[in-house]
Amino acid sequence: MLWEVDIHPAEGRPDLAAGEVAATAAELHLADDLAVTSARGYLIQGELDRAQVARIADELLADRVVERTVVAPAGDPLLTELPDGRTHWIHVLPKPGVMDPVAQSAMQAIADFGLRAEAVRTMRKYAVGRLAEDRLPLLCSKVLANDAVEQAIAGPLGFERLQVGSPYEFKLVIVPILAMDDAALEQLSRDGQLFLSLVEMRTIQAHFNQLGRDPTDVELETVAQTWSEHCSHKTLAGRIDYRGPDGERHFENMLKETIFAATREIRRAAGDRDWCVSVFVDNAGVIRFDENYNVVFKVETHNHPSALEPYGGANTGIGGVIRDPMGTGMGAKPICNTDVFCFAPPDVPAEELPPGVLHPRRVMKGVVAGVRDYGNRMGIPTVNGAIYFDPRYLGNPLVYCGNVGLIPRDKSDKHPQANDLIVALGGRTGRDGIHGATFSSAELTSHSETLSGGAVQIGNAITEKMLLDVLLVARDRGLYNAVTDCGAGGFSSAVGEMGEKIGAEVWLERVPLKYEGLSYTEIWISEAQERMVVSVSPEKWEKLSELCASEGVEATAIGKFTPTGRLTLIYAEQKVADLAMDFLHDGRPPVVREAVYTPPKNDECGMMNDECRKQHSVIHHSSFNIHNSLLKILGSLNVCSKEWVIRQYDHEVQGGSVLKPLVGAANDGPGDAAVLRPVLDSRRGIVISCGMNPRYGDFDTYWMAASAIDEAVRNCVAVGADPARIAILDNFCWGATDRPETLGSLVRAALACHDVAVELGTPFISGKDSLNNEFRPLGKGVRNRLCEAPEGPFRQKVPDTFSEPISIPPSLLISAIGQVDDVARCVSMDLKEPGNLLYIVGETKNELGGSHFSLVEGLSGGEVPKVDARQAKTTFAALHAAINAGHVRACHDLSEGGLAAAIAEMAFAGGLGAKISLADVPRNGDLPTAALLFSESNTRFLCEVRPENAASFESALADVPHARIGEVVDSNKLEIVGETPLVQADLHALKEAWQKPLRW
Amino acid sequence: MTTPNVLILRAPGTNCDAETAFAFERVGAKTETLHVNRLLERPELFERFQILCIPGGFSYGDDLGAGRILGNQIQHHLSDQLVRFKADGNLILGICNGFQVLLKSPVLLEKIGADTPPATLTWNDSGRYYDGWVRLEVNGERLESQHSFPSEKTVSLLPVKRIKGSKSVFLAGIERMYLPVAHAEGKFVARDERTLQGLDAAGQLPLRYVAADNPNGSMAEVAGVCDSTGRVLGLMPHPERHIDPTQHPRWTRGEAGPEGAGLQMFRNAVKYFA
Repeated sequence: MLWEVDIHPAEGRPDLAAGEVAATAAELHLADDLAVTSARGYLIQGELDRAQVARIADELLADRVVERTVVAPAGDPLLTELPDGRTHWIHVLPKPGVMDPVAQSAMQAIADFGLRAEAVRTMRKYAVGRLAEDRLPLLCSKVLANDAVEQAIAGPLGFERLQVGSPYEFKLVIVPILAMDDAALEQLSRDGQLFLSLVEMRTIQAHFNQLGRDPTDVELETVAQTWSEHCSHKTLAGRIDYRGPDGERHFENMLKETIFAATREIRRAAGDRDWCVSVFVDNAGVIRFDENYNVVFKVETHNHPSALEPYGGANTGIGGVIRDPMGTGMGAKPICNTDVFCFAPPDVPAEELPPGVLHPRRVMKGVVAGVRDYGNRMGIPTVNGAIYFDPRYLGNPLVYCGNVGLIPRDKSDKHPQANDLIVALGGRTGRDGIHGATFSSAELTSHSETLSGGAVQIGNAITEKMLLDVLLVARDRGLYNAVTDCGAGGFSSAVGEMGEKIGAEVWLERVPLKYEGLSYTEIWISEAQERMVVSVSPEKWEKLSELCASEGVEATAIGKFTPTGRLTLIYAEQKVADLAMDFLHDGRPPVVREAVYTPPKNDECGMMNDECRKQHSVIHHSSFNIHNSLLKILGSLNVCSKEWVIRQYDHEVQGGSVLKPLVGAANDGPGDAAVLRPVLDSRRGIVISCGMNPRYGDFDTYWMAASAIDEAVRNCVAVGADPARIAILDNFCWGATDRPETLGSLVRAALACHDVAVELGTPFISGKDSLNNEFRPLGKGVRNRLCEAPEGPFRQKVPDTFSEPISIPPSLLISAIGQVDDVARCVSMDLKEPGNLLYIVGETKNELGGSHFSLVEGLSGGEVPKVDARQAKTTFAALHAAINAGHVRACHDLSEGGLAAAIAEMAFAGGLGAKISLADVPRNGDLPTAALLFSESNTRFLCEVRPENAASFESALADVPHARIGEVVDSNKLEIVGETPLVQADLHALKEAWQKPLRW
Repeated sequence: MTTPNVLILRAPGTNCDAETAFAFERVGAKTETLHVNRLLERPELFERFQILCIPGGFSYGDDLGAGRILGNQIQHHLSDQLVRFKADGNLILGICNGFQVLLKSPVLLEKIGADTPPATLTWNDSGRYYDGWVRLEVNGERLESQHSFPSEKTVSLLPVKRIKGSKSVFLAGIERMYLPVAHAEGKFVARDERTLQGLDAAGQLPLRYVAADNPNGSMAEVAGVCDSTGRVLGLMPHPERHIDPTQHPRWTRGEAGPEGAGLQMFRNAVKYFA
């Protein structure tokens, strides 16, 4: 019997979901004033009578104070009675096979009543009215449901049973590659979503030719996953011939010779004062924290899944990166999250979207909700982040998720042993996330949605929280020898990596499944979430199993690390794969790539044309309205307040919050970095910040990378972090690096990373790259054809593409982790007391290239900000000494919008006025006023200092350009004076300009 | 002085257990954190404790509504033990998700005959999760002026009304607190106006948001509810997140006291057994 329980808001109670739908429909111009009523529902299948279902509805599913229920057999007309003024019911359900955590919980909770449900599925229902018929499909696909994971059914549901999977019939699949020619190999790689190059396909062919047999499908999949860009970073860790303005260079391993090399040089110079513990080897970088603990930090991206299904993509993005610290050493306790997103501007007209592209507003809302729901449920504070907007992120948004963990010093290393059991912990395996690793290495097209729906996962944070709870207990009881997470590539990747030096035998039939019907290959490569693999001595297995059972966490021995040097997979008592670990991990043919970089010409504009003349005039002759420029910068999307996002994240759970993301008199100013105390009975703090500026990459990726490092480090230093103890992470998101120019721009950025890191003494400890971030819009005909294509991994037809891809701008995120001895020495950016003095630290240069001033005034050209890393090191150390001595009441870094934006933010955050003069600002040469105000020169700060500390502050900064430029005043005005009065602004107006754009 | 034993009850998805235990220990209590499965196996474990605290988090993911599944588990399997624990003169505290759970139990608001429970915690008016700091007042007292609060936000000037001492053991001697909230389903809604007035008259609505800071649209600004004895309290704000001065959002502005405002609640609980 299939029952439906509908839950409606009770009479007089608000229908929040309907309000959200109507607002979104209006935003997308689908309907101005949509009449809509919402309900949520459960489909419950089982031998249950009406009274039992009614009891479940009343006592479990609905909140009777504010909701009412309708219970009836599915299909009963009672369930589709239309409220007044409504003409259609739309039901939205997860597609079969898509994770439905609420339904799982409902099943278990129903069992707690002593009743049994065979299957449960959740749904949402909307009764809509007054909508043009042709708008209904659009409403379904753009507002109510996401095709990638949900189905929308208009009218009655029309089915009487829930699908619960059908049994799988074992059949070994052999892929006949020995007989294939090049064209066939290429087609197999593409159609089978292996995304391997022809050379790689030929290498596989040659390997099996030697063995005298064709591979099985699962062998081919295993090789493709291990060799994927996502898992092996073959481009950046490969051979590259580079030509650029800095000369020619051949790299055997580009990452090793730039970024890793910087860390090696810094560690060598530090000698026995080296505080790096483990870098670039484990799932996260590990550094020393105090006498008891190390901290670990990892940042990942989850771009392609988030483009298709923003909620699920971001949800599993944060869920996945949390498992990195959990899978580092013997397992770290996650202590905070950081999230950085890149979207297209949210005001793109819906009509202008290419097919297959979700509206950026919807992407942003979905991504934020995905991170929120996972991070909050895990009980991990989300303390730091940023959002960047650029039209080039339209088809390919970026979602960077980071996690910091705390680990006892003696648990920072791991050693799987031969003959250990391979134990899977946590969630069950389903068909979700098939081909995630290879898919994330491919370019997105407007048919990706159809092609790779399977690559989209939905997370279940509570499964991961339960897993975390038992993992840390098991770690402290010494119940396993090694742990790693199941991320991209699933078991294939986790077992393959852990057993690389030993060998492994896996019994695929024992893997617990979410539902019947998975083939052995699907089990092996599924990227179902919330799973970890531990290596367990046989004598500890019973204890581990008992511990897991006591908390309701599934633990299954699925294999053994056999000392054979081979990876053997067994299903139905047959060997379905038998690969040499050597071939898997070292057999990939080296990729040699060309890389070329020529920085675009961006000289200062001459008097060549009207456009340049206008720019010259704007910059040099004060013919612009500074006040308006400042308001426009504060209200620009990158600069404006992100409070709408930040307040949806729990940034205080775990009780260690010291500096929150929003600071100041009204708790709403933009802090430079977050500070937390991870050990509750200690005063030692962790500082988290980031730096990124894709706009500079249009000028020179070298200076873009240098600026990002400077920004991340100076944000840390601004709140009080010791610059000698800051570590950084790199995340490169780039376009298609098979174009030499694109790869060249990346190599050039990596060279800057090396140079600046070494000079600052700031080591890279972890990193990740995501390449091929491009979107290729296709014609409508192709899309329709695809929808008719038969399903199945090896049968999808991918047509040739015919329009130009849109590449994202070079996007390097630098994340920084700093430390403070005593959190009570930290400072925030808001002005504190009238009468205090204002100092600028650092030199201002004429660097308006890529600035926000140029952006809001529509200017091009100019000099991109450079970094004098040697000077920066001196500046950071001097400022830190002043902060640490207690001489600084407030400190803010100068970034987007330069000096003018920084002082405005400090003033309205503190609720206090300020008066500054540009006369004494230390500068390089004769600078136009616009440059003094808005130049984004690096390594600069604004500091508030009490008059009695002025002398000590100045002497701490004796070797650094600095000047007293004004004071804090008891007013609600910001005054900036140059040769003439330049700004006379009301703080409320400035704050309003800054808060308004994203106050959703 | 007797040192009370505190049972910190955790379930899948509980996530404020460590800092809540830490807060109790800071004021001298002994704590033990137990998974609900242990109590289901051995309900007699309750006898070891004098204080039960259900901390914040997302028990069972709040998948069927905040606190719903854990609330039902308690209702189905631990109801008698909980009622006895309370009758023995012990204390019970539910913070955030713990409040949402307690509201579905027989120890906080006794059902008064009708089918519909007397009150619930439902979705914030915004429809979203919200993390922010709120000014709270105890016992429905309205303040004469705003200056004693640490923010510039204005408080509507309401007539001064003083009701003597809060019924809640946890809130004894506290007039106001500044604490963070972090929840999506924290809007207090009583079944009807009469129920609300009845609870108010019985002194069972001892903790209120300052109207301007009401983060979720709660009726009558209710932030916390106690039982008729005053020994059971549920509240949405997180006292365990404000026990140290540097947790105050404006400590860098010199606005924090020598200790966080939430600590006194834990001290009150421990002192009760002195």
